[in-house]
Amino acid sequence: MNPIALRRGAIGVALLLLITLPMWIGSAYYVNIASQILLFAVLALALNVLVGYGGLVSLGHAGLFAIAGYTAALLLEAGHGHLVADLAAIVVTLLAAAVFGVLSLRTTGIGFLMITLALGQIVWGVAYRWQSLTHGDNGVNVSGRPAPFGISLSTATSFYFATLVVFLAAVAAMALFVRSPFGASLRGTRDQARRMNALGYNVWLIRFVAFLFSGFWSGVAGLLYMYYTQFVSPQVAALQASAEALLMVISGGSATLLGPIVGAAIVVVMKNVVSAYIERWNMVLGIIFVLIITFMPEGLVPGSVRLARLGWRNLRRRSGAAARLEEPAS
Amino acid sequence: MTAPAATASKTAPAAVAPTTALGVRNLCKAFGGLRVTCDVTLDVAPGERRLIIGPNGAGKTTLFNLITGEVTPDSGTVILNGEDITRVPSRRRAHLGLARTYQIITLFARDTILRNVTLALLGLSPLRWDPFVALDRQHHLVDTARAALARVGLEHIAERPLAQTSYGERRRVEIAMALAQNPRVLLLDEPFAGLSIDERADVHKLLLAIPRDVTMVMIEHNMDVALEFAERITLLHFGEVIVEGSRAEVVADPRTREVYLGH
Repeated sequence: MNPIALRRGAIGVALLLLITLPMWIGSAYYVNIASQILLFAVLALALNVLVGYGGLVSLGHAGLFAIAGYTAALLLEAGHGHLVADLAAIVVTLLAAAVFGVLSLRTTGIGFLMITLALGQIVWGVAYRWQSLTHGDNGVNVSGRPAPFGISLSTATSFYFATLVVFLAAVAAMALFVRSPFGASLRGTRDQARRMNALGYNVWLIRFVAFLFSGFWSGVAGLLYMYYTQFVSPQVAALQASAEALLMVISGGSATLLGPIVGAAIVVVMKNVVSAYIERWNMVLGIIFVLIITFMPEGLVPGSVRLARLGWRNLRRRSGAAARLEEPAS
Repeated sequence: MTAPAATASKTAPAAVAPTTALGVRNLCKAFGGLRVTCDVTLDVAPGERRLIIGPNGAGKTTLFNLITGEVTPDSGTVILNGEDITRVPSRRRAHLGLARTYQIITLFARDTILRNVTLALLGLSPLRWDPFVALDRQHHLVDTARAALARVGLEHIAERPLAQTSYGERRRVEIAMALAQNPRVLLLDEPFAGLSIDERADVHKLLLAIPRDVTMVMIEHNMDVALEFAERITLLHFGEVIVEGSRAEVVADPRTREVYLGH
């Protein structure tokens, strides 16, 4: 079978399933779960730019996610319109990402991880303690979702479609980025930073631009989440949120397009669906991650591809051996 | 700041001018108490083939790192085509026509051979910032990369992942990446290290085919191939230039026998 045709077919089927999802999934509850998966997939894809393609493991992305949500929610509370609030949220998130980037890109590896962790914790601390601005633990309530082009997003289905459009835009942006010269430059800095420098690349600036790109989509995801729950609280900026985003990327498979999406689906389903049946859902999530890391250390998506190829090869070898055994008889 | 430059140009007016492709003046570098480069001065003429030899730890690779800017000197200057580049960031030096290969192979193991060389070309192209086009469709880049691979005799395995290549092939990819950048000065750090006799002959032929508009400086221990390559030789020992001169002069010098060639 032609692999390109197969790929196109698979993308077509996936698109069809996503577009018709509200019709076959049953209740509004599950439509909302699907919206959550898509918006967290946008966050995971954003984080994957740094973790997967840049080799820069960030534990502070919930901070950027939360800054977008808080900025928009506070501006809405102050009486501004959705357009102003959302644009301002993206600008503020980009500025925050620039500050995060300047501070954290002084190092890579563990140093980078620790600085992003600290920055994320600062955002959480501000959200939690600066009560006059953020209302602390009470969070910020948002009344109503926007109505782009006159389409109300108040129902689960309409919000799902809005999220789907943003999600597809994010996937398209990532697909373009991965194949682009800039994507190749970023991967080069991950694999051989020293060589890239000697070849004439500005390693720091490449990483910084990638950080902004990642920050932009984290902010978009944060806005979606704020509109989804119509509420933001310090929990959004918590370390656990950053860790979950990282788990999505790593469990699904970093440096792949599909991996973070699959990872987001696993984490969201565990948190929402499995938790309804099993009280210790965190333990189940933990066991699943241990299994993934044990059997597919590269992540679920590349790991499945590898195992499938291995199985296919064994199958062919066995059938080939069987055919050779039968030959003398016939 | 201007006074020392003025005296330097008075004492050696022609030395810095076009007669020197690559110049190093009084270069010093110490790592802690260890002086790895002491007052090294070199002048490599355009098109020259210079060999740098010396025992292990003589500071040969450090000298290359100082020239490319990967290590910052404590004092002294580096001159490329008459221009003082001592303060130029190392990434800019590639744009000024300086390329190098590494003694320890430094390649992109997850990519194909072709992609490795394409990255070398992309480094000098403004296209490297473009997030919107597909790199594989940049035909002029990819074709130039193929041409560079043809020069080192690897175009037939251009699509092969680097992880599936032999050590000798990787050495040639290193050279292809440097050549692809069309440098004016090429620094080769032990290009024959670890190669079999046949592979050595291949690389040797390849280096001889590099046109004269490229100035080449090579660090090498393999005397049989290196001596044939060299026009002038510099012998380093404990970071200092001990002997410098034509091939015959350096080989005949008793100090060369003492510290390097042995008896």
